[in-house]
Amino acid sequence: MADGAIIDGADSTDAGVRRRDFIHIAALSLGGVGGLAALVPLIAQMSASDDVLAESSTEIDISAIAAGQAIKTIWRKQPVFVRNLTPAEVAAAQSVDATKLRDPQSLADRTKPGKANWLITMGVCTHLGCVPLGAGQGEVKGEFGGYFCPCHGSIYDTAARIRKGPAPKNLEVPPYVFSSDTVVKIG
Amino acid sequence: MSFPWANQYKPSNAFTSWLDEKLPLPRFVYNAIGGGYPVPRNLNYAWNFGVLAGFCLVLQIVTGVTLAMHYAANAGVAFDSVEHIMRDVNWGWLMRYGHANGASAFFVVVYIHIFRGFFYSSYKAPREMIWLLGVVIFLLMMATAFMGYVLPWGQMSFWGAKVITGLFSAIPLVGEPLQQWLLGGFAPDDAALNRFYALHFLLPFVIAGVIILHIWALHIPGSSNPTGIEIKTESDTVPFHPYYTAKDGFGLGIFLLIYCAVLFFFPNALGHPDNYIPANPLSTPAHIVPEWYFWPFYAILRAFTADFLFIPAKLMGVLAMFSAILVWFFLPWLDTSPVRSGHFRPLFRKFYWLLVIDVLVLGYCGGSPAETKYVLISQIGATYYFLHFLVILPIVSSIEKPQPLPFSITDHVLGTDAKTVAA
Ligand code: HEM
Ligand code: FES
Repeated sequence: MADGAIIDGADSTDAGVRRRDFIHIAALSLGGVGGLAALVPLIAQMSASDDVLAESSTEIDISAIAAGQAIKTIWRKQPVFVRNLTPAEVAAAQSVDATKLRDPQSLADRTKPGKANWLITMGVCTHLGCVPLGAGQGEVKGEFGGYFCPCHGSIYDTAARIRKGPAPKNLEVPPYVFSSDTVVKIG
Repeated sequence: MSFPWANQYKPSNAFTSWLDEKLPLPRFVYNAIGGGYPVPRNLNYAWNFGVLAGFCLVLQIVTGVTLAMHYAANAGVAFDSVEHIMRDVNWGWLMRYGHANGASAFFVVVYIHIFRGFFYSSYKAPREMIWLLGVVIFLLMMATAFMGYVLPWGQMSFWGAKVITGLFSAIPLVGEPLQQWLLGGFAPDDAALNRFYALHFLLPFVIAGVIILHIWALHIPGSSNPTGIEIKTESDTVPFHPYYTAKDGFGLGIFLLIYCAVLFFFPNALGHPDNYIPANPLSTPAHIVPEWYFWPFYAILRAFTADFLFIPAKLMGVLAMFSAILVWFFLPWLDTSPVRSGHFRPLFRKFYWLLVIDVLVLGYCGGSPAETKYVLISQIGATYYFLHFLVILPIVSSIEKPQPLPFSITDHVLGTDAKTVAA
């Protein structure tokens, strides 16, 4: 009998693959594959559901935001800061050598062309997700004049770039377009 | 351990004889925590805390299931349903305060239980498995307590959930998707609240299962004792019942006195007032702190403010925080001294107390705002914490000259024959 051939009779002790061994291996493998396949829905059900993902985009009227002011709005259930930088703040952000920063980006990388004064970022600290201070009236802005996260002391500059503290990244810039000069559509 | 002199279970009447044949549950209990389990005669009150921990788990399950009958896990109504429990449900306030303070009591008890283990080196052979399972229980307790604290959906609940799941976003590459998967969204919301509720309900029963393994493993070598030397003869032991049922029962009474004093007179002393403000995703409380029992670990998390080699500060803090507990898994092999009890280890004993102080200092810093001075103290404290386990303990156990051990437990309790004769 050829080596590896399936031998009839479960009790055959000849060399080669016994029918029962084959059935055991086949059944267990198939069972294992089935078990693994059942994990897919069990794991996937925890991901964001369709209604959460349906990225309701948000439109904001920015005409009332004077230079030096900011508003907080909501996108995907998370806060967004829309800030109208003063010329001094723009200059401060541009005067830094961006390549030396922890997350090297220039102000131009983080704003739309010709709209360098409109700094639109998520209001979510990239450390552990607190809402930094600095967008609301009278809130501390930290030593670089941008934002200050009270949770563990991350300090952002006037381009919302991380300058000090534990956060690894600059405040995230969400996808957005200027629908007109006074309306911004986020998402 | 089935010591040869252990009392044998004898069914006392026809019914128990019948039961003993069909389902020998009374026999099992008798041998596990009854007259059939010989225990060292010299256990002090530090050995009371395992039973107290078991009591706390029962307390949490009873009050928890009661609360579950009135609580609604939906971000829109969760906060109000908790207030409804507090104000409208008959005795609801007792159940809620009992559960919240019960969690604190559970951690007090388990911390003492763990530090008992540190002092008497209960983690050493042949009890490594008991210890490893204990650390697993502790990790499960932390997960359970964290998710429970999210349920009232107050400001601390919400921001605690955000910050703690944010820890996972520190993991390179998969971090952000992982956090979104854990939360089922971009920020804590209904999806997160519901799953935390489901898991908060489930995990205590998982803990109960691991406790069964923990005690099973304990019964193989039997309990250690304050001398750290093993049982030699029958005179070293007494039956668990009635001796330790009585002693543990007395301890339980004292525990309940303290627990009830806090429950009835200072029910909010250990909580944070901000958690009575409904969750607001747009405003972070000025000073986010976890519950007190996480403070030492939170201080270690915050101690890392600068990048370390190639590892970003954020990841470093997270790794350090988890390592602070994971290092306990290696304790049986880090402490190589042949002597167990701290009573006979003069040098070890000093460092033990330094560790206690270090953890208390870390705890204090973890509960304080993220100001420079507290961060600096946390950095020193965290460094010492890891030094203790990874450097000091191995060195101390190899250079220390332990004091002479008594010949047996009986000798230690009654004095040697020579002394007894002289007396
Ligand atoms: C829900 C939590 C826990 C329960 C209900 C529990 C229960 C018990 C009980 C009843 C005992 C026997 C009595 C005693 O020695 O105190 C025991 C022993 C022990 N436990 Fe735990 N325990 C818990 C958590 C832990 C944790 C978190 C650790 C360590 C990280 C731990 C480590 C030990 C060790 C090493 C022993 C053996 C001590 C000896 O006999 O010398 N336990 N546990
Ligand atoms: S969450 Fe902002 S510094 Fe930690």
